[in-house]
Amino acid sequence: MLYFSRWKALAIAAVCAIICLMAVPSLLAPAHFAELPGFLQRKIVLGLDLQGGSYIVLQVSADDVRKGRLETLRDDARRLLRDARVGYSGLAIQGNAVVVTIRDGQDSSAAFTKLRELAQPIGGVMSGAGQLDTDVTQSGNTITLAPTSAGVQSRTIQAVSQSIEIIRKRIDQLGTTEPSIQRQGADRIQVQVPGLQDPSRLKALLGQTAQLAFRMVDSTMSAQQAQQTRPPAGSEVLMSQDNPPTPYLIEQRVLVAGQDLVDAQPGFDSNTREPVVNFRFNTNGARRFAEATQANVGRPFAIVLDNHVISAPVIREPITGGSGQISGNFTVQQANDLAILLRAGALPVPLQVVEERTVGPGLGADSIAAGMLASYVGAALVAAFMIATYGLFGVIAVFAVAVNVGMILGLLAMLGATLTLPGIAGIVLTVGIAVDSNVLIYERIREEARAGRSAISAIDHGFTRALATILDSNITTFIAAAVLFYIGSGPVRGFAITFGIGIITTVFTAFTLTRLMVAMWVRWKRPQHVPI
Amino acid sequence: MRLLRIVPDDTNFDFMRFRRISFPISAVLSIVALVAFLTFGLNFGIDFKGGTLLEVRWPNNTLNISDVRSKLENLNLGEVQIQEIGNDGEVLIRVAQQPGGEQAQQAVVGKVRATLGDQVEYRRVEVVGPRVSQELLSYGIIGLMLAVVAILIYLWFRFEWQFALGASIANFHDIVLTIGFMSIFQIDFDLTSVAALLTILGYSLNDTIVIYDRIREMLRRYKKMPTDELLNHSVNSTLSRSVITHVTVTLALLALVLFGGRAIHSFSVVMMFGVVLVGTYTSIFIASPLLIYLGVTTRTMEAKADVKGPNPKAERATT
Repeated sequence: MLYFSRWKALAIAAVCAIICLMAVPSLLAPAHFAELPGFLQRKIVLGLDLQGGSYIVLQVSADDVRKGRLETLRDDARRLLRDARVGYSGLAIQGNAVVVTIRDGQDSSAAFTKLRELAQPIGGVMSGAGQLDTDVTQSGNTITLAPTSAGVQSRTIQAVSQSIEIIRKRIDQLGTTEPSIQRQGADRIQVQVPGLQDPSRLKALLGQTAQLAFRMVDSTMSAQQAQQTRPPAGSEVLMSQDNPPTPYLIEQRVLVAGQDLVDAQPGFDSNTREPVVNFRFNTNGARRFAEATQANVGRPFAIVLDNHVISAPVIREPITGGSGQISGNFTVQQANDLAILLRAGALPVPLQVVEERTVGPGLGADSIAAGMLASYVGAALVAAFMIATYGLFGVIAVFAVAVNVGMILGLLAMLGATLTLPGIAGIVLTVGIAVDSNVLIYERIREEARAGRSAISAIDHGFTRALATILDSNITTFIAAAVLFYIGSGPVRGFAITFGIGIITTVFTAFTLTRLMVAMWVRWKRPQHVPI
Repeated sequence: MRLLRIVPDDTNFDFMRFRRISFPISAVLSIVALVAFLTFGLNFGIDFKGGTLLEVRWPNNTLNISDVRSKLENLNLGEVQIQEIGNDGEVLIRVAQQPGGEQAQQAVVGKVRATLGDQVEYRRVEVVGPRVSQELLSYGIIGLMLAVVAILIYLWFRFEWQFALGASIANFHDIVLTIGFMSIFQIDFDLTSVAALLTILGYSLNDTIVIYDRIREMLRRYKKMPTDELLNHSVNSTLSRSVITHVTVTLALLALVLFGGRAIHSFSVVMMFGVVLVGTYTSIFIASPLLIYLGVTTRTMEAKADVKGPNPKAERATT
């Protein structure tokens, strides 16, 4: 147990040194860090609680996904039936299904076959293969299309993935450093932006679906009239973004939608000097926009963003160039944000903010200072106590624990893990527990010596027996840390990471470093008595 | 250099006899903890209750707390708690969860910021919606239970079932007492507290295992010794280690409590209680004597050895 070949000793020293050295880049100033070779450019990420910043959790609601799916189903059913020239009545969303009645009973089975095409198999590994996303049923002349819950679920997962892409594009435009955007569970997205102190702009930027559409203004009656009575079929009343909002009567049919935009940039109107957003369509959008403006010269059309009218200019001449301008009493920042939203594209569904945590940089700095102070004081107290209790062996233990902490930091850097305030607590606690391994070993050595063994034999047996106990006790603690990491989020996870890593390094240093140092001492001194 | 010796070499305390006192004490304390939990409940933080928390600092002693109070009460946000912390113009503002779902919670921050203005420093702002807080709570509870089950299974494989059961009862006892402590002193119960509870669980177990390990070893070595005596012997021979380790852990935790800052203060205090009082006391005065009632004798060890053959580790340990 006490014999180490030279190579083994060197290997142990090398492993400890290399892992400890991995912590060094994290301590360097950013400028020096950038000069390091690529493989060394790994450092401990400070959690938002230490560096300040905003943490937001957004949720895709399955209800919204279902609602969106129902609307598409309704529109698709209308198109299919119209293309097949089947007469129908009462095509509408009722509860969680789209219901349509076929006028002529003879058409109904053909219509049923046609509508059944709308049900698509659910893709992806997550859900059961071969299942359809929509139940299509027929009873008499009535056909019902109901999205299945598995279908809604798989669409929710899809919506989260799409949203992550779009959120990333939007946040990149904010120009903050190292934002992190992650999926959390099936229907959540976690956004962390270090350094951002007021999350309201972030929330405004993420809280908008940004579905842009160009639609005609319905001039068959005034908007006020439509509000009082009923809007004509195929039109609806939408409010403008102004304060107070003015109502507009807008056709439901979309001339060109936001997907057909290829670029949007903030700019200034050449005549009025007002902030505007300039945009460009792709070929498809340009063609459709040209056709629509050609057919409607002299009539107003509306630019609608998330069911709000931004502006409703009159078409003076056909717009064939595929580019245009949105004006609407913007401030410069509003124009800028709108351009960001349009460039990034629309979210498939609205997102809700369900959790928000912001830490100011002042508090973060205070927390680091407090955590550091606690670590130093804790380490000093423990070291003093150990040396008072075990003398030279205490020094060995303190050195092993110091290497242990260095290795925790090095491993954190290698893994790119995040160090949080509870994480620092985890390190402080590891210091306390790492000492336990040494205590177990030393106490056991003392017992063996008291039982009458020679010094070397006592040390050898002390290690053998104590290490078995160290393994047992630390594996159980490690299980608790692993469960913490698995179920935990935020502070719990931060604690579990350092605690878990700390247990591994503790067992490692107890088995190798402490044993190696004691073995070297034994070889050097050939002791007759155990010095503890 | 004379080395510090806290525990003399050959202690021979009759820890097992103390069970006639420690078991009733633990029973009474557990009942007190349960009653406290049922009457006072836990002081749920916003992680589990939902709502809004703001930590705000007024620079240069410009804080007028009654003015802040009346301004915020005019917002009609329901229950608003304002607590002054420290001496440099810092307050903690807690606003209860608002009726009206996720968006309503978000609106609170805007209203408070508009009321307090931009002259103050917003040190921390947290908003937890009703859905998230529900989940966080249930995950917290599930996590605790999962951890206990996982550890139980591990112990059952590594030791005999009596040890697994004994450790679980002891652990349960620790969790009950710690929850009672948090309930009596109304310490904020949030995600960090769940972390603290799980750590106490892990730590207390760690401590129990060290003693159980020794008991198992003794059972194999002294086949004729009566159980009481054997348990006493085991606890006494690990006593020095127990004391020294607890001193070091206490020193580390003391540093956290005194200097770790407010953000982890409740965490540190709970850990201090759990680790120092409950963890240590439990492994010596509850977990070990429990084995008498669970029927651990040298015969259980032999029976196991007959079925499974000699344990290779035991062989190594006795050579």
